[in-house]
Amino acid sequence: MSGTGPEGWEVVIGLEVHCELRTRTKLFCGCPNVFGDEPNTNVCPVCLGLPGSLPVLNREAVELALRIGRALHCRVQSSVFHRKNYFYPDMPKDFQISQYDVPVNADGWLELPSGKRVGIERAHMEEDTGKTTHVGGGGRIHEATFSLVDYNRAGVPLVEIVSAPDLRGADEAREYVEELRAVLVATGASDGKMEEGSLRVDCNVSVRPEGTTELGTRCEIKNMNSLRSLSRAVAYEAARQVEVLTSGARVVQETRHWDEADGRTHAMRSKEEAFDYRYFPEPDLVTLSPSDEWISAVEAALPVLPAERRRRVAEASGEAPGSEAVSTVVRLDLDDLVMAASSAGADAGLALRRLANEVAGALADAGRVSLDPAAFVELVRMEQDGELTPAQARRVLKELVAVGGAPRDIAGRLGLRSLGSDQLSSVVEQVVTDNPREWERFAGGDDKLVGFFVGKVKAATGGNADLRAATELLRGRRSQSGPSTT
Amino acid sequence: MTGPVEAIARAVRQGEVRAVEVLAEHLGRIARTEPDVHAFNLVTSDVAGRQAEEVDRAVAEGRDPGPLAGVPVALKDLLCTRGVPTTCSSRVLEGWVPPYDATVVTRLAEAGAVFVGKTNMDEFAMGSSTEHSAFGPTRNPHDLSRVPGGSSGGSAAAVAAGFAAASLGSDTGGSIRQPAALCGVVGAKPTYGLVSRYGLVAFASSLDQIGPFALTVADAAMVLDVISGHDERDSTSLPGAQPSASSRLGRGVAGLRVGVIAELVGADGMAPDVAARVEEAAAALSAAGARVEPVSVPSVRYGLSAYYMIAPAEASSNLARYDGVRYGLRKPGADITEMYTATRSAGFGAEVKRRVMLGTYALSAGYYDAYYGKAQRVRTLIIRDFEDAYRSYDVLLSPTAPTTAFELGAKTADPLTMYLNDVCTIPSNLAGHPAVSVPFGRGTDGLPIGVQVLAPALGEPVMFQVAEALEAAAPTGGAA
Amino acid sequence: MRVAYLDPPLERSPGGGCRRVDRGRPGRYDGRVAQPISEDEVAHVARLARLELSQAELEQYTSQLAQVLEHAADIEALEIEGVPPTAHPFPLVNVLREDVPRPCLDRDEVLAQAPDVDQDRFRIPRILGEAP
Ligand SMILES: [Zn+2]
Repeated sequence: MSGTGPEGWEVVIGLEVHCELRTRTKLFCGCPNVFGDEPNTNVCPVCLGLPGSLPVLNREAVELALRIGRALHCRVQSSVFHRKNYFYPDMPKDFQISQYDVPVNADGWLELPSGKRVGIERAHMEEDTGKTTHVGGGGRIHEATFSLVDYNRAGVPLVEIVSAPDLRGADEAREYVEELRAVLVATGASDGKMEEGSLRVDCNVSVRPEGTTELGTRCEIKNMNSLRSLSRAVAYEAARQVEVLTSGARVVQETRHWDEADGRTHAMRSKEEAFDYRYFPEPDLVTLSPSDEWISAVEAALPVLPAERRRRVAEASGEAPGSEAVSTVVRLDLDDLVMAASSAGADAGLALRRLANEVAGALADAGRVSLDPAAFVELVRMEQDGELTPAQARRVLKELVAVGGAPRDIAGRLGLRSLGSDQLSSVVEQVVTDNPREWERFAGGDDKLVGFFVGKVKAATGGNADLRAATELLRGRRSQSGPSTT
Repeated sequence: MTGPVEAIARAVRQGEVRAVEVLAEHLGRIARTEPDVHAFNLVTSDVAGRQAEEVDRAVAEGRDPGPLAGVPVALKDLLCTRGVPTTCSSRVLEGWVPPYDATVVTRLAEAGAVFVGKTNMDEFAMGSSTEHSAFGPTRNPHDLSRVPGGSSGGSAAAVAAGFAAASLGSDTGGSIRQPAALCGVVGAKPTYGLVSRYGLVAFASSLDQIGPFALTVADAAMVLDVISGHDERDSTSLPGAQPSASSRLGRGVAGLRVGVIAELVGADGMAPDVAARVEEAAAALSAAGARVEPVSVPSVRYGLSAYYMIAPAEASSNLARYDGVRYGLRKPGADITEMYTATRSAGFGAEVKRRVMLGTYALSAGYYDAYYGKAQRVRTLIIRDFEDAYRSYDVLLSPTAPTTAFELGAKTADPLTMYLNDVCTIPSNLAGHPAVSVPFGRGTDGLPIGVQVLAPALGEPVMFQVAEALEAAAPTGGAA
Repeated sequence: MRVAYLDPPLERSPGGGCRRVDRGRPGRYDGRVAQPISEDEVAHVARLARLELSQAELEQYTSQLAQVLEHAADIEALEIEGVPPTAHPFPLVNVLREDVPRPCLDRDEVLAQAPDVDQDRFRIPRILGEAP
């Protein structure tokens, strides 16, 4: 299925991303906020909802929420916490402390690598729930014989980021989540680990005939725990809705559960009270009203965010900000190297290409690499100045990434040195002399033969020639000699 | 007037009497009379014994045993006590033993108090008679056929019966002051936020406050001074240091301005003998040099209605956690919803169910604005009206309860009639202001009557100052 | 000196201006009565609150709740649109705690309170619906 959706239909998507904040302690108590501990060890009267316990808000959680808000260009406002009431065993109090009509952050946007701005309706604070394990029935909730609850995660701070229905298609939804994750990680608010549940995505999907503007009835999709399942779920759900509509039926607004195993979404059993949370202001907490000074300080401490980094790399390298190479180096945190090349006066475009291809490849293989900026810039310069051929430069770069060192030493050790221009000229002359008939045809306009000569140069120099320079020499010699009439 | 708290603490601190002897005397009274009164859900002789011995050791070793050294104190059974069952007089908490102490419990213990027991109450503090207890009613020590008031009826009765020199209760709509009035003791609800609620099992979080019962005004102020003060575990705890509640005792009331709240003296169902005592109290203050006038605080008349929207709404949410998963009662069910429903239906009594349903209704879709939202606006009106009144008066005066103690069973069939008991006490909770009930004479039936002194936020010093004057002027003996 | 209550005192009405207190009425009824709650609605809130009611209980609670709601009709009739709501008696803001770990409870003590425990977790009957 294509990323943009079924033919003739537009897929409209809004995402709700729950982000666990990287605090030391939980949102309302001093229990550690860590993943993977023994069950029910990180609990206290507050996060167990014991009678008589009271919540007290974690300053660092607010700080991180503010960072997220400002990174997403939201308006930070005075906010109150509400209770969202419903019975569920993973909630120790049988209500969740969340924000309702006045969230701490509202009305922002996130810029995607494509340059598109996606509206952020709100980014509010709330507490996480505990974890329920279903026993029997293959771990499926309805077929289980009983369930087990661990409250270690109960009360972990979350920020829920709700996008406007601005996304079109599965690819864009994925791009949004990737970009959002980059922002959340950059701000230090999140570790970005979807597999540990640090980032959880719910998705509102509707479809409408292309060219129409009215929103269709949406379904909320839950339980997607990777970017891949997000793409699959959106594609499946869009196709399902199109099928429903083309058969003349109506889409029912409901919450649907993504089943990774069968690759489908299923209507969740909903209860009447799911629509009646009886929100009211949490009387055990007071208004949160971050001062202007606090907000300014948060803003001043924000790192440069991916969109701005892409802009800088694009400007330095001459590439488009939305290009694959630019987003790759920013995504992989390699953009400082581009900027280092640029500020050293080296060819930033060349630096970008080497990073987006070779270094990114090495990173994918090795997981992580270290690359000394000065050494990298020197290597770029050597290639740029023709000291190394592109092939040689790639070779040296590989070594540089693997073991480090100075590029010149590496090149020396490996015996890599581009032929000087005098030497290259004499090789070219020799090759032309050795192949008069082919030269005649080339000089006569058969341009295909350039490859033949370049191959000969390559063979004659054992790969130490800058083949681009050799090509130029060949073409230059032809134009000097003029069309042969002899 | 020297109350037992002051007297015991002084004698124990000076080594004139040992804390274990004081305790033995109180436990002796409990052994004799408690079967009739049923003030306690649990008498904690062992805990008390250890605490008394520790106080005596401190005195013997020359260490400071604390301002409440050896004072026997009873705790309402919704204050969490580590290792000691805390039931809220509800089946749903059967078997629950808190793993932590309420802040007030810690502060009392550190002050040298000795905990004689956990007192009976209306289940989850919902009621005005202590008849809505899963463990049977408490009876009024002045007349065992009468209720002690509620919801802190056990704490009021324990002090009235001499089981403890002081006790703690909680007051959401009058649950300290009304039983204090009906049992003839002093009961104070402090300013919201003055006393930490950490470890107080919540009924209605924005209204609940813990406060003391004692035989004298000075005793009550002394206990309040020990339990009050900022607590970082309670977000609604007021920051900074506040003046001692005892700081204006002994000054008389000359020159103070006292307003008598017309709407409350004239409230529906106000018994003539109660209204008469309030007029006498006003006259007594006037005679002592205060300027006393009637004052109108118009919106207090809407207090009851606002309260019966706000308190049940918050309670419906606060009591959701009693679901059979983590602690307390569980009744079996085939699935989680059946288990929840079975547990809660068996665990809660009728009054709790009534209020939980009322609160659920008030919050549910389509009714929030008409009920909870509107009630919160009424709260604002009441606060504004009080502010207006306090521009002209230092304190306000009213009856505490409309009648003296009524017969057991007299009002249980009719919830609204029971609710009307709180008409005079509720406004202070809605405003977050302090108020104290002081015994002032008796009714035509010979039972105690309380007069309420209301003060603005953090006005405890002047409130106790006026209360002390009333105490001094109160008629003694039988019917006035 | 005795305080006499011969004349009803003046009261300030919420809209300003003064009227005589009418002591005969407990509230300012204007004839409107709260929408009487139906048995269906009581059954609905009972379900929301996870309470099971017998038919007799349902009838009794319906009439009792209706009575309380009728009494509350006095505030329903109040015109207080411009008055802001009070959620807290005192407007505290930004009560925050530092992000410093505190000791947790001992797991054995926690689980000892639970009605049913399995594999160091709280054991519960099966769940017939996902979290909303
Ligand atoms: Zn905790």
